[in-house]
Amino acid sequence: MSLISENDFGVAENFHVSVASPSDYLALLKPRVMSLVIFTALTGLLIAPSHVNPVVGFASLLAIAIGAGASGALNMWYDADIDALMRRTQKRPIPAGRMHRDDALGFGLVLSVLSVMTLGIIANWLAAALLAFTIFFYVVVYTMWLKRSTPQNIVIGGAAGALPPIVGYAAATGEIGLASIALFAIIFVWTPPHFWALALVKSDEYGRAGIPMLPNVKGADRTRRDILLYALVLAPLGLVPWFMGITSLAYGIIASALGVVMLVFAARVFYIRTGPRVDRCAMQLFGFSILYLFLLFAVIAGERMLAMLVSILAG
Amino acid sequence: MERKIQGLVLTPEQLKARRQRNIAIGLAIGCVALLFYAVTIAKLGPGVLNRPL
Repeated sequence: MSLISENDFGVAENFHVSVASPSDYLALLKPRVMSLVIFTALTGLLIAPSHVNPVVGFASLLAIAIGAGASGALNMWYDADIDALMRRTQKRPIPAGRMHRDDALGFGLVLSVLSVMTLGIIANWLAAALLAFTIFFYVVVYTMWLKRSTPQNIVIGGAAGALPPIVGYAAATGEIGLASIALFAIIFVWTPPHFWALALVKSDEYGRAGIPMLPNVKGADRTRRDILLYALVLAPLGLVPWFMGITSLAYGIIASALGVVMLVFAARVFYIRTGPRVDRCAMQLFGFSILYLFLLFAVIAGERMLAMLVSILAG
Repeated sequence: MERKIQGLVLTPEQLKARRQRNIAIGLAIGCVALLFYAVTIAKLGPGVLNRPL
C-alpha cells in the first residue's frame, strides 16, 4: 500500500499555474502613482531642516515607494471585480486574466510588511508607522470602505495620497513638522477637483461599475460647483509654503500664477455646461491639475537642491 | 525502481513566465542585499569592521 496516493500528485480544483510576467507584477504597483509618491516624498525629505545621508535618503524613498506600490497591489486585489467593468482598468493583470487574485494579495501583503520594516530599520519607526498607516488608510479605509459607499470617497481617501511628504519629512527628522503638513494640505485639497474632473467625463463608466462618484450621485452641476470651491481654496493654499518661509519669492510668484490658471480652468468647467466643449474643458482641468501639482513640488524641491548645491560648493 | 509521477505538465507559456519571474526575484533579492549593505556602510561608516574582537 502506498502512503501517497496518486491523487496527491494531481491537481486540486482551485490550483492555478500563473502566466503572470514580472511586468504584470510591476503593473500591480501602479508605477505612475508610485512616481508621484516618490516625487512628493522627496520634497518632504528635502524641506526637512536636518541633513540626511544621500544613501539613507535614497533607501527611505525606495521603501516609501514600495509601500505605495504594495497598497496599489492590494487595491487591485480588492477591486478586481469593478476593474473588469471599466475600460480604463480592464487591462490590469487580474481582470485581464493573467494573474490570480490570491497572487496579488500575497504580493501586496509581503511588500507592505517589507517596506514598513525596511523604513523602520533604515530611517526611524515614526516614519515606518506613518507608512503603515498610509497603506492601511488607502487599502482599508478608502478601497474597502469609502470607495463603494460614499460620493465623498476621494475627499477623505485623498488623505492617503497626501501623506507621502509627511512620511518623507518624518524619515529625515523623526518628527511631523508644520512644513510637511502644509504639503499634505495642498495635495489633500488638490485631489477632489483632480478626480472629479475625470469623473465628469467618465461618469458612465463609474456608474456601470457601481462606484458612487460625485457626478453619478449628486449630478454634474453640483460636481462643477464643488470643483470650483476646492480650486478657490487650493489657489491660496498653494502659497502657504512661501508664507511659512519654506520657499523663496520665486515660488510665491509661480504658485500665484499656477493658482490663477487652475481657477480659470475650474471656472470654465463651472460655466461651460453644454455643447461639444464640455468634456474637453473637464479633461483640460484634469491635465492641468497634474501639471499644477508637479510644478509646485518641483519648484520647492528644486530650490532646496539648489541651496544644498550652493552650500556644498561654498564648502 | 523507476517511478513515474503524473504531475502537472506546464505549457511553454507557463514555463517562460515562471523563468522570467525567477530571474526577477533573483535580481530583486540581489538589489535588496546591495541596498542593505550600502545603508549599513552609510550609517555605521567604513570603519565598521575595524574594532577589537
